[in-house]
Amino acid sequence: MTDLLIRGADLNGRGRSDLLIRDGSFTDPSDAGGDLDRLDADGLIALPGLVDLHTHLREPGREDAETVESGTLAAARGGFTAVLAMANTTPVTDTAEAAAHVATLGARDGQAQVVPVGAVSKGLEGVELAELGLMARCSAGVRVFSDDGHCVADARLMRRALEYVRAFDGVVAQHAQDPQLAGAGACCHEGEISGKLGLPGWPAAAEAGVVARDVQIAELTRSRLHICHVSCAETVDVIRWAKQRNVNVTAEVAPHHLALTTSEVLGYDPTYKVNPPLRPHEHVEALREALADGTIDAVATDHAPHARHDKEHAFAEAAFGMLGLETALGVLIQTMINSGLLSWPELAKRMSIMPAHIARLSDQGRPLAIGEPANVVLIDPAARAVVDRDASVSLSRNNPWHGRELPDPVVATIWAGRITYQKER
Amino acid sequence: MRHLLSAADLDRNQTTEIFDLAEEMSLVQGRPVKKLPALRGRTVVNLFFEDSTRTRSSFEIAGKWLSADVINISAKGSSVSKGESLRDTVLTVAAMGVDALVIRHHASGAPWQASRWIDAHVLNAGDGTHEHPTQALLDAFTIRRHFRRTVPDQVSFDGKTVAIVGDITHSRVARSNVLLLTTLGAQVIVVAPPTLLPSGIDSWPVLVCTDLDQVLPHADIVMMLRVQRERMSGGYFPTPREYTIGYGLTRPRLQAMKPGAAICHPGPMNRGLEISADAADAANSLILDQVAAGVSVRMSVLYELLGGSE
Repeated sequence: MTDLLIRGADLNGRGRSDLLIRDGSFTDPSDAGGDLDRLDADGLIALPGLVDLHTHLREPGREDAETVESGTLAAARGGFTAVLAMANTTPVTDTAEAAAHVATLGARDGQAQVVPVGAVSKGLEGVELAELGLMARCSAGVRVFSDDGHCVADARLMRRALEYVRAFDGVVAQHAQDPQLAGAGACCHEGEISGKLGLPGWPAAAEAGVVARDVQIAELTRSRLHICHVSCAETVDVIRWAKQRNVNVTAEVAPHHLALTTSEVLGYDPTYKVNPPLRPHEHVEALREALADGTIDAVATDHAPHARHDKEHAFAEAAFGMLGLETALGVLIQTMINSGLLSWPELAKRMSIMPAHIARLSDQGRPLAIGEPANVVLIDPAARAVVDRDASVSLSRNNPWHGRELPDPVVATIWAGRITYQKER
Repeated sequence: MRHLLSAADLDRNQTTEIFDLAEEMSLVQGRPVKKLPALRGRTVVNLFFEDSTRTRSSFEIAGKWLSADVINISAKGSSVSKGESLRDTVLTVAAMGVDALVIRHHASGAPWQASRWIDAHVLNAGDGTHEHPTQALLDAFTIRRHFRRTVPDQVSFDGKTVAIVGDITHSRVARSNVLLLTTLGAQVIVVAPPTLLPSGIDSWPVLVCTDLDQVLPHADIVMMLRVQRERMSGGYFPTPREYTIGYGLTRPRLQAMKPGAAICHPGPMNRGLEISADAADAANSLILDQVAAGVSVRMSVLYELLGGSE
């Protein structure tokens, strides 16, 4: 592979420097020979490649909605060099064989590192533990376990899972949703709008209650707990309390929960149907604050592609979820950088370093320094564009940002020394 | 008026216009030959995703008496389970060249979604636990007739109080009635146990009370809502007996009503549960008048949507 010289990028917002990439790693720019590719990064910011803890790639099973290839193309387009592929595929990633299959698909088709998430319970049914240890030991080396899409509602099962994964430094990522308080039909934040629209309510207490229980189980078992897609202020308070008690808990927030509010569903457009639901303004504010002060450790997209026909049912019957990979960084710049809530190094921590650390990915979230793996995203912080869902590289079109102007920052993404995305200029 | 999706689409003048026309339409009901030629050549499809014999028949008769071609399509069952999306179903029906689509759906908002996909007029015939605007229209029309028995030209409901009693959370009738009756000037009081009051009720333009006996002496109209079977097993209240004692319009409560006040119920009734036989059949019960008003009000609405133009 020819060497690649990136000239003049501002490294992590801390000062300009050249980067030389050779054989997938950064090397001393003064070693640059005559035969090399150049990438002019004057005026651009370089961050370590982004890591998404929460992606639905849909393959195997729903290749009409997304494939490993299209999903990781979207990841590269969004500046990501690694994605954690959620287990709710068909078949469910609940065995070593299924996990190895996803890893193999990633190695073959991936435009980013594809890391399978293992199910906590067999078939995501919340009854019996899946083969957590075998998934950890297999070639995929699974460390993150989640029944995402379903809550591990049974306290005893949650306790056993948390205890068990301690043996191999695993983490249980909980989709917190009390099924008694927010059943499968719950699809709108419980409040003024759900009452007005006659939509089944999804109260904040259904999330915060489960998190309050789980942080106490994690304290009891001294295990690593991660909370998926925190959506409400009450949950933030619980996590803040748990961290003060030194509970080993981390949390993520999705870009849409940092920007969109319940009022989006007023027109019954299922594009805005997502689980957990969009919450009112005060929750959005609390989430931004929590991401800024580190109570929430990471941003995770919950990229959830759906075939068009699965989103064209009545609101209550349409599929949950929205696209997120391509727009995540733009939304974060809009909500957190432009508002002054986060600096560039802090953003890198929440979108790359912490997610890599939580998932125990040794080659991701590393410093942009000599000898380190060459995973990097080049950013033009001033670039903006109107989002066009039809311009997406995802196979799906359930894009809540369609028609809105957002920062469009990603100029190039480099994964393991290879350019996986480069904006036409 | 392009669509009728919500009772909030109607202002006081439009409502009065619909009511005045409905009075004229109701004269047709008394004739031996009931047809008017107003909508000859127009096609109305009743697209019902949920069974409702009353509402469907009422729309069907209304369309036929106006000489429209009326077709009933039952699309019962979740479209998800059938594999066809709501959009495909609606586009398929619209592609046949219909002028108006009367949609009944078990999920809130479905008629809104449909109205964005097709050119035909969309009429909401009840969507999930959201709205049922023609029911509110026929209720208000019946109430207006009742008020007119004492004040013949009564137009607005200013100064009148309407109590809506029962499961407000899951009632599309309640939502549409709150909107329409408020538009017409009435003060609405909703009465229910707290488990059956929707979240955000404080932002509604109503008074909220959990004690029926406190409200009864003040209401000019007492509108009782049906208790759905599934609520009885859903833990919203301990037993049907307790519900009846707390919120049923029992015989003793009839005595507590304001003199001259009337009783409404959108049907079908659970006699002995939310309404006693004495109340249902009382001289001041408007329940059968509501049913009779259904056809003329729906004729009027269909004419407002389809008549005149083009």
